[in-house]
Amino acid sequence: MNYVALKMLFGDRAKYLMLLCGLSFAVMLIVQQGSIFWGLMMWSQASITNVNVPIWVTDPGIAQVDEVKPIADTAVDRVRSIDGVEWAVPLYKGLLRARLPNGEYHQVTLTGLESATLIGRPAEVLEGRFEDILQPDAVVLDQWAVERMGGPTVVTVGTVFELNDKLARIVAIAKTQKSFTNIPVVYTTYERAIHYVPRERRTLSYVLAKAKDGIPIEDVIQRIQSQTGLGAFTAEGFGMKTIVWVLKNTGIGINFGTTILLGFIVGMAIAGQTFYLFTVENLRQFGALKAMGTSTLTLARMIILQAFTVGLTGYGVGVGLATLFGFLAGHGGNLPFAETWQLLLLVLVALLAICIVSASVSIIKLVRLEPGIVFR
Amino acid sequence: MNDDSRPAAVRAQHVVKSFGNGDTQVTVLKGIDLDIYLGELLLLVGESGGGKTTLLSAIAGILDIDDGQIEVLGVPLSGLPSSKRTSFRGQTMGFIYQQFNLLPALTAAENVAVPLFIQKMRRPEALRRARAMLERVGLADRTEFVPKNLSGGQQQRVAIARALINEPRLLICDEPTAALDGPNGQKIMQLLREVGRSPDRCVIVVTHDSRIFHFGDRMANLTDGRIVNIEHISQERIA
Repeated sequence: MNYVALKMLFGDRAKYLMLLCGLSFAVMLIVQQGSIFWGLMMWSQASITNVNVPIWVTDPGIAQVDEVKPIADTAVDRVRSIDGVEWAVPLYKGLLRARLPNGEYHQVTLTGLESATLIGRPAEVLEGRFEDILQPDAVVLDQWAVERMGGPTVVTVGTVFELNDKLARIVAIAKTQKSFTNIPVVYTTYERAIHYVPRERRTLSYVLAKAKDGIPIEDVIQRIQSQTGLGAFTAEGFGMKTIVWVLKNTGIGINFGTTILLGFIVGMAIAGQTFYLFTVENLRQFGALKAMGTSTLTLARMIILQAFTVGLTGYGVGVGLATLFGFLAGHGGNLPFAETWQLLLLVLVALLAICIVSASVSIIKLVRLEPGIVFR
Repeated sequence: MNDDSRPAAVRAQHVVKSFGNGDTQVTVLKGIDLDIYLGELLLLVGESGGGKTTLLSAIAGILDIDDGQIEVLGVPLSGLPSSKRTSFRGQTMGFIYQQFNLLPALTAAENVAVPLFIQKMRRPEALRRARAMLERVGLADRTEFVPKNLSGGQQQRVAIARALINEPRLLICDEPTAALDGPNGQKIMQLLREVGRSPDRCVIVVTHDSRIFHFGDRMANLTDGRIVNIEHISQERIA
């Protein structure tokens, strides 16, 4: 009877397409909204992603990556001395104003990397050579900085501008993930970053570190925390801490969360109701089958098969459409869009759950269905 | 009412069926006694609301009765659990409805094969037998047509082929000619008449259509929940 069930499903093309459209739209809505939300969250921790190191050592009271709380310069050596640490380097991160040759001012995030290793540098360079950052007054901009500061006609490799009245010469343009605030990022060496910024008692923002191979990163983090009194996190842990802070302290959590929840509820309601209506419209046919001797169990199996077939097809189409949207609209990194496998799995489970629920409601109706309906 | 020496296909004794409860309770069948024999075509007639469809549903085991007993081919239906009754219905009964109740997505051959699918017969064999049955009802050239592309008469013939495909001993027809014009109705009844003539089969037809009365062997008049008379139809009327 599986054959009959599938023919009933696909046979009325208009009804099937309507059902498929409803389910696909529901899935697309949820995946698209969920991906944009998670994309935004990824942007909020872009400073961590772009630096791409395993361990971040911070002030113990740090709330999130962009709220820098400087620590003592000695922290680097203290971390290096801890058993299990393979290497540890300083990182400067702070806001500064840049003055362009055309007289415009822009706030920038100055990132100072240790000059010997350049650990924390972006992986991809779009123009120039990142290593030229070691030249006098050299800085590297990310591609968003070029966009924000007026485009390649204003800012390009070779352009000289001022950072706190000191000269800075662009030697390369690097590719990075866009950040939540989209403040231009200027990379230079740690020593030169200290030279650019006004003198403060503490200038070290973070210590970046890596655990030795074979030693669990959690153990090393634990040692750093206990032996230095500083905060220490894995990149993922620090990223999640930042995301939680953003959700708690900005309206994004409530506003976007409400939108996603509504999208989820509306999407699932559409999916459930569409399939339920499809079954109800076919009740007379099921009644005829029941009168002809089809057991309720067989009819229930037919409905479940229909529900799962259309559910999985709708899921595939919906995810495909959402991915296409993300590819087209988010091309070039201008739209926060992170379609993760966890989101896809969650939507799949939710969709299958709603299919089971709506199929169950239909089956209950079917159990109560009096086959005499066919005589009316 | 056992006034015939032939074996009874259906034996209804003191059958009572009510719907609703309290002040709104309506008794639709008020003690029906009726025997229907193998090898006959019984017409069940009477005014609308008289209980014909209810009696038909009860004989088919689709509807539980409140009192009395119904035996079909010697099996007391009231004693069977619902699942067994469904299975018994699938193996021994065929149904023809006023609205045909064909599955619109299936071809004529697939519709006819449905009772065989229910009996878990393999699809190629079921379809082969369905096509042969369609040939018997004169639709050999329409086997791959979907119902919407068939005329009313053709759809009813597909429904008859479906009802006969698993060679049921009891054929239950509810207003089989109501949606058909005169000539098509006559053709359909001729087919049912032939089935009813088979000594190990029995056909029950609920109808209002006086143009087909002459196809029956007997005609039971069900009015206000009671069989008010059973008329033997003379064989001369069957042309």
